[in-house]
Amino acid sequence: MRPTSALLRKELRLEWRTREAVPAMALFSVTTFVVFHFGIQQDAVSGALASGVLWVTLLFAAMLGANRLFVSDVEDGALDGILLAPIDRTSLYLAKAVSFIAFLAIVEIVAVPAFYVLLLGPEALDAIPGLLAVLLLADIGIAVSGTLVAGLATQTRSRDLLGPLLGLPLLLPVIIAAARATEPLFAPGGAGALPLKWLAVLALYDVVIGLIAVAVFDFLLED
Amino acid sequence: MYGKGLRTLSIATAVTLTAAFALGFFYAPMDADQGVMQKIFYVHVPMAIVALLGFVAGGIFAIQHLRSGDRRHDMRSYVAIHMSLILGVGVLVTGSIWAKAAWGHWWLWDEPALVSFLIVFLLYACYQPLRFAIEDPERQARYASVFAVVAGAFVPLNFMAVRMAEEKTHPRVLQDSSNLPGSVWLVFFVALLGMGLLYMTLWRFEMAAKNTRGQIRKLRRRLGADVVATRSAAPR
Repeated sequence: MRPTSALLRKELRLEWRTREAVPAMALFSVTTFVVFHFGIQQDAVSGALASGVLWVTLLFAAMLGANRLFVSDVEDGALDGILLAPIDRTSLYLAKAVSFIAFLAIVEIVAVPAFYVLLLGPEALDAIPGLLAVLLLADIGIAVSGTLVAGLATQTRSRDLLGPLLGLPLLLPVIIAAARATEPLFAPGGAGALPLKWLAVLALYDVVIGLIAVAVFDFLLED
Repeated sequence: MYGKGLRTLSIATAVTLTAAFALGFFYAPMDADQGVMQKIFYVHVPMAIVALLGFVAGGIFAIQHLRSGDRRHDMRSYVAIHMSLILGVGVLVTGSIWAKAAWGHWWLWDEPALVSFLIVFLLYACYQPLRFAIEDPERQARYASVFAVVAGAFVPLNFMAVRMAEEKTHPRVLQDSSNLPGSVWLVFFVALLGMGLLYMTLWRFEMAAKNTRGQIRKLRRRLGADVVATRSAAPR
């Protein structure tokens, strides 16, 4: 566990000092809400539309961040150092995934209130407890696949293109489940019950893709 | 090595597929609602099943490649996914034609099999862009295999999520199987066998072609000629 926590500290400190990915992701989400306002020509959204706007925005912001996950490691040579160190390579994956979850959580601290103010309206406040549960499970899902996809795309010539191209279809089950789970929460007449079925799908996705990613990630680093 | 018995296999494929289509048109009963359009069932469904199995086979070859480091498994995985992608285009086109004929729309979002096939197809469509964006042949093979394993595991997960999302009930031919006459099943299995043979034949042909190209490259190199690396999964 110690290498993982050391690498995790390194990720968080690096982001704290450079402030490269998280502010960009947060700004991107807020701008996307504005784009949605003009794109769908609505002042307020509810139900399935609200759920869709929120998840599409968060997914695209996450893709933006996933692309940056390994870039500094590759460009500044940290990856070589990590590979030379006598540690299990899985700890690199775990540190990246956990730091990505943390980045997503910080982005959502900005994006979700902005979503409430700009598009949702105050009557949906009772949706927050359910929304937090969905956000947590979906963030884990986005992080486990996003980190793997970022690892795949980083060493290619066209990594900026390939990351989202691979990530979007791979994350579609997360979008299906998360959008369905939050739809009743944003219902016009106040929050409905949280559909536990979709939370179970999210949890299953997190576990299956997480285990596979841990199993295959070593092969991306065999140099 | 891959060319051996290819002629027999090709003839068997041609005979089985012809028999399947002949049976489909002249022996299988006419569908009461959809009429002759329902015959596309004998092309579309076997093709979809074979394409999905091909993706799974690509994943299994990829696991073997990652375990053994033997590049031949990677080539098998590449060719399996390539063939499945080609069949996949056929599945989407025939599915769309069938949807138009049966329900009046070119695309139906509440048909889970079709929707999840589209998602799987979109994911696998990234296989070649990913592969050929990597220069180093060894890393190319390794990364492609990692992708094939992850995508192979994604297929059932995605199917489940889409099926749960679209729990409306369209009359699905295979689901209410109790009231299907035995002749439909017979023709369906002959068509499935034919499509499976077609896949095997095409797979063997491409493997033979890749092997030959690799051998020619090796011979050219021995003659001292400059061999230009191309975008290809064939051995260098």
